[in-house]
Amino acid sequence: MNDETRGGGPTGAAGPTQPGATDRLGATDRLDVVGDKHRPRWQETLLLLARNPMAVAASLVLLLLVLVGVLGEWLAPYGYNEQFVGGQLESPSTDHWFGTDEFGRDVFSRVLMGAEVSLRVGAVAVGISLVAGVLIGLFAGYFGRWLDDALMRFMDMLFAFPALLMAIAVLAILGRGENNAMIAIGIVYTPIFARVTRASVLSVREEVFIRASRASGAGSLRIIFRHVLPNAAPPIIVQTTISLAFAILSEAALSFVGLGTQPPNPSWGLMLSEGRGFVEHAWWMALFPGLAIFFVVLAFNVLGDALRDVLDPRQRSVLTGKGAGR
Amino acid sequence: MMAVGGPAADRPGGAGPGSADGPGGGAGPGGADGAAGSAVLAVRDLRVAFRTRRGLAHVVNGISYDVPPGRTLAIVGESGSGKSVGILALLGLLPATTQVWGSATFDGAELVGRSEDKLRQVRGAGIGMVFQDPMTSLNPVLTVGRQVVEAIRAHQSVPKAAARSRAAELLAEVGIPDPASRLDAYPHELSGGMRQRVMIAVALAGEPRVLIADEATTALDVTVQAQILELIRRLQDERGMGVVWITHDLGVVAGIADHVLVMYAGRTVEEGSAAEMFGAPVHPYTRGLLGAMPVVDDPRTARERDPLLTIPGLPPDPVALPAGCAFFPRCPIRADERCAHEVPPLTPVAGGRRHWAATFYSPEGA
Repeated sequence: MNDETRGGGPTGAAGPTQPGATDRLGATDRLDVVGDKHRPRWQETLLLLARNPMAVAASLVLLLLVLVGVLGEWLAPYGYNEQFVGGQLESPSTDHWFGTDEFGRDVFSRVLMGAEVSLRVGAVAVGISLVAGVLIGLFAGYFGRWLDDALMRFMDMLFAFPALLMAIAVLAILGRGENNAMIAIGIVYTPIFARVTRASVLSVREEVFIRASRASGAGSLRIIFRHVLPNAAPPIIVQTTISLAFAILSEAALSFVGLGTQPPNPSWGLMLSEGRGFVEHAWWMALFPGLAIFFVVLAFNVLGDALRDVLDPRQRSVLTGKGAGR
Repeated sequence: MMAVGGPAADRPGGAGPGSADGPGGGAGPGGADGAAGSAVLAVRDLRVAFRTRRGLAHVVNGISYDVPPGRTLAIVGESGSGKSVGILALLGLLPATTQVWGSATFDGAELVGRSEDKLRQVRGAGIGMVFQDPMTSLNPVLTVGRQVVEAIRAHQSVPKAAARSRAAELLAEVGIPDPASRLDAYPHELSGGMRQRVMIAVALAGEPRVLIADEATTALDVTVQAQILELIRRLQDERGMGVVWITHDLGVVAGIADHVLVMYAGRTVEEGSAAEMFGAPVHPYTRGLLGAMPVVDDPRTARERDPLLTIPGLPPDPVALPAGCAFFPRCPIRADERCAHEVPPLTPVAGGRRHWAATFYSPEGA
């Protein structure tokens, strides 16, 4: 069952309206193959996305982030913990592009290696909330009734707390540290995914093809993962992108208050926090990690917006230039 | 699997609380050719109600029919007459706020009150369904092939490759050209008629013994309608399936049905063999429906003919059905004073062989 459910996957489905539909009245009863043959929706989505320059720019920034996150150790000119005695708080120069901090560590190298932390925390935290939230939303939305009430009231309870406060509370229980920060952020963002998923499921659930597949004898799990999930996916995909930005921001915030990544490991939030004391003398200590956070969060948000445009069935039919289904 | 045959006419007592009035299944004129014992699907005094804020909405109020193999039953009625709900209820496809009473046996096994798991065995494998709108009844994000394969594998444990070649056979059987390559097409790449053919292939995937076509041609244009009608008739002949056509289109019914059942406000108002029903309709509602059928011929003479007839008014509110005949408020005849406060039972029509009507009115010279 599992491999099949994954097969359904978030294919970038564009809801029930069918952009490529031909005019039924004009069509005689033969095959009308519209546009390119058999192009799955996700390919079309990527093509549409490629036409939006902002989305392309954002994707490039994120690609860079991934590259730096993976290869940071090799790209960095110095080690993240390598100290230059006598070279503390040096302003940016050709030796140290982003200057050095109060221990004489190269800020550029630390920013590069901080990307890995942000990336890992973002991916793992959002992964946790994505899986948990989507499962909760799917079951609550599809089965409804008492299950819906029980699950969603629990989600409301989590949602009632301010995100950061909630994360701090979780960390107070689990103890500080990067791994626990990921778990805390994952828990905090779960209700958002549950809500987005449930809302989407509620509309997909009423589609005729759901009833049709029930009528052909499909079981609930198969319907949920094969039929409901792919069609409910677009808002979830958008939410994932935007949540990645928030998760990175939250990690920075938690590290800033000392609950996330622990020194001497490089984390943008932690560097920002350390740089705070030296803003007057060494602005570069805080500026560059701050800029890194800024660009990454901006890129995720821009990409999320662009995805929303492309995945919205009405917008999509305008973008593809094909008439909407009806 | 299930035992073939078996007496379908056994009627379990306790057909729910005697909520509604109605003639019930007792009057049961039986099915498409009378021999109830041979029916694959036998429905007796089926009642369906939805819980609503305003109270119970009685959508189906006691209908009975038989579907023998190889025969076609048409259920005719306007929107809201309960014709689709009556079928969906059998398969447990209605929301949980629905209450169902009465009896429906498939191959002798009771469907009403069955567990979801047991119903699943009947869905697709016993009773296949084709829905009205092929635009929305296929999943837009899955290829046609996967949807047919899925329907095949829902009931048989077949390896994927075998299911795929079986899917191609099914597509060929429903008249889709170049089926092997169409397996990879997405629904939006096909025309409406082609999609409906795919839906039929999906419905056939479980080798059902009864095929239900719920307004299956309504969303298609006329030439395609004719092709789909012909296709289903051919498949019925080849496979010996019982077919239930649910439609509001009497033109469709006239060509294909062996037995016709006219529903109004959840009750059968008239039923009989297609020939007798169309030849000498008795119930004022049926007569109204037949009068409301447009006749297309030479437009130059059309003006001289009577204008298209309509039945004024709306069907009654299922939460508050009239005490008497449900059609009474709209009835142009109101032949009998009992009409207002007594539900007319379904009784054999004088002079008819297989013809029943639920009316106190009897047309002159019938």
